[in-house]
Amino acid sequence: MGEDGACRGEQMIDWDAIHAVWLREIKVYLREKERVISSFVSPILWLLVFGSGLGASVSLEGVSYQTFIYPGVLVMSLLFTSIFYGIYIIWDRKLDFLKEVLVAPVSRTSIFIGKMLGGCTDVMMQSLILLILGVFMGIPITPLVFVYSLLILLVTSFAMVSLGLVIGSNLKNQEAFNLVINFLIWPLFFFSGALFPVSNLPSWLSALTYVDPVTYGVDALRGVILGAQSQAFPMYVDFSVLIIFSLVMMWLGTISFGNMQQSK
Amino acid sequence: MIITTKDLTKKFGSLTAVNKLNLEIEEGEIFGLLGPNGAGKTTTISMLCTLLKPTSGAAKVNGFDIATQPSKVRSSIGIVFQEPSVDDLLTGRENLEMHALLYKIPREIRKKRIDEVISLVGLEDRADDITRVYSGGMRRRLELARGLMHHPKVLFLDEPTLGLDPQTREHIWSYIKKLSEENETTMVLTTHYMEEADMLCDRIAIMDAGKIVVLDNSANLKKKVGGDIVLLRMEEPNLERIRKLSFVTEAEMKDGTVQIKIKDVSKNLQKLLCKVGEIQSVEVRQVSLNDVFIYYTGKEIRSGEEEGGFWERMAHAEVNR
Repeated sequence: MGEDGACRGEQMIDWDAIHAVWLREIKVYLREKERVISSFVSPILWLLVFGSGLGASVSLEGVSYQTFIYPGVLVMSLLFTSIFYGIYIIWDRKLDFLKEVLVAPVSRTSIFIGKMLGGCTDVMMQSLILLILGVFMGIPITPLVFVYSLLILLVTSFAMVSLGLVIGSNLKNQEAFNLVINFLIWPLFFFSGALFPVSNLPSWLSALTYVDPVTYGVDALRGVILGAQSQAFPMYVDFSVLIIFSLVMMWLGTISFGNMQQSK
Repeated sequence: MIITTKDLTKKFGSLTAVNKLNLEIEEGEIFGLLGPNGAGKTTTISMLCTLLKPTSGAAKVNGFDIATQPSKVRSSIGIVFQEPSVDDLLTGRENLEMHALLYKIPREIRKKRIDEVISLVGLEDRADDITRVYSGGMRRRLELARGLMHHPKVLFLDEPTLGLDPQTREHIWSYIKKLSEENETTMVLTTHYMEEADMLCDRIAIMDAGKIVVLDNSANLKKKVGGDIVLLRMEEPNLERIRKLSFVTEAEMKDGTVQIKIKDVSKNLQKLLCKVGEIQSVEVRQVSLNDVFIYYTGKEIRSGEEEGGFWERMAHAEVNR
């Protein structure tokens, strides 16, 4: 890992450094208005156009289609924002923004944690607004459901932001970006059952939904918002999968950050 | 010695970017790595900064091994990167605050230190502006301030004036000189500008294809090339006769003028002019580092078009707009 010496000279968890990196991410997020606004466009289109359009002739599990896909769309916007956030560090690396941090006398673990928490904060601010929007759209969200939903989204965001950072720190160039979108983000989204119930699927599709970690985020959220009858797995299974996946990704992330070198 | 390297080598696949480099840099000096693009300057600096692992060989910075004690090395150094590295959505002051946190500058002296470096580079009026609206020169100054804020033993400057306009360049040069004098910081800079190395550096290592071709101070480097150059325009020059003069080391025809390399031009110019006969015009050119580079490598330094850095591309974009 090359950082063996670092462990002796500096603390693995350095709160000042985590704070510095986190603060940077929040400030950048809040100042990039275009990025914030555009992150709302696609979830709203999905809900209003796709949800209402298909919902005009279809209802699922006793609720309108729009209500049915609401948890899925929440997770979808989380998925996209998280992974884009992680991959964004390719651009940081292309210029020298990231180098300033990488060359500082702080552990890569701290840098990774700061980056991850920064991403999760971005994602949670966005989720908060989509939840409030949901209330106005007539989705059955009580205060308790609201809090539970945020908790599930938080755990899911740990997993997805870490995944994004793992990918971002290992990609060599921006051209690979499209590959990630087409071969990772869209499949993660489609196989998660965000748009359909995961029970009674053909077995090949069913198998794919089981290996998709996003499935468990959607499932947990659906259980909370639409009621236990729409949930395919018990809550503890959903949470366990998400937490284990998050931990594995964080572990891989700290390794990837430790190995990150300059390209010339 | 604040920096020593022993057979430091970096390979990228089949390309050897840095080839068995042996360097010794003294405390307090401004040391220049001069060479064309692709000579291995940035790679060398990246290894010394612990951003890149050497393929083989070793190096010590401030007494710490770059491979086994990277965090100690990192605490000892500051860097001004070739590409812009300030966050352009943060203000100048916020960039410095983030740096203070990363380098564990104690809370009590944080603000004082930040104000100090801001005034050092003359950015008092613009410190609270978002750096996106800074000019290239201002960003560079902010980066200099940041690199020095934690009082590093060594400051690395990778092409500090690449792509900046001449006036801003001179500005940055005077800041670098001032900072080096006031802080006694060792500075290691890379450049492919001859005049920059000439202007700033106590010692210069000329690098080409991953190796150091020659290392000395500017005056000695020039001396080795063999004196200054006198250009004469005249009818029927007698090259043989000129070559026989004791203070002339070389004489040849080039583009219709006689190019004469001459030792100690201030003393011998008069003698030369007496001996050569009637001339139409005379021009004296002091040896530049460019001549030195050509002398040692047989090549001219190209200004890095194919592989220029961000600032250079910015400068081109600016011109083309």
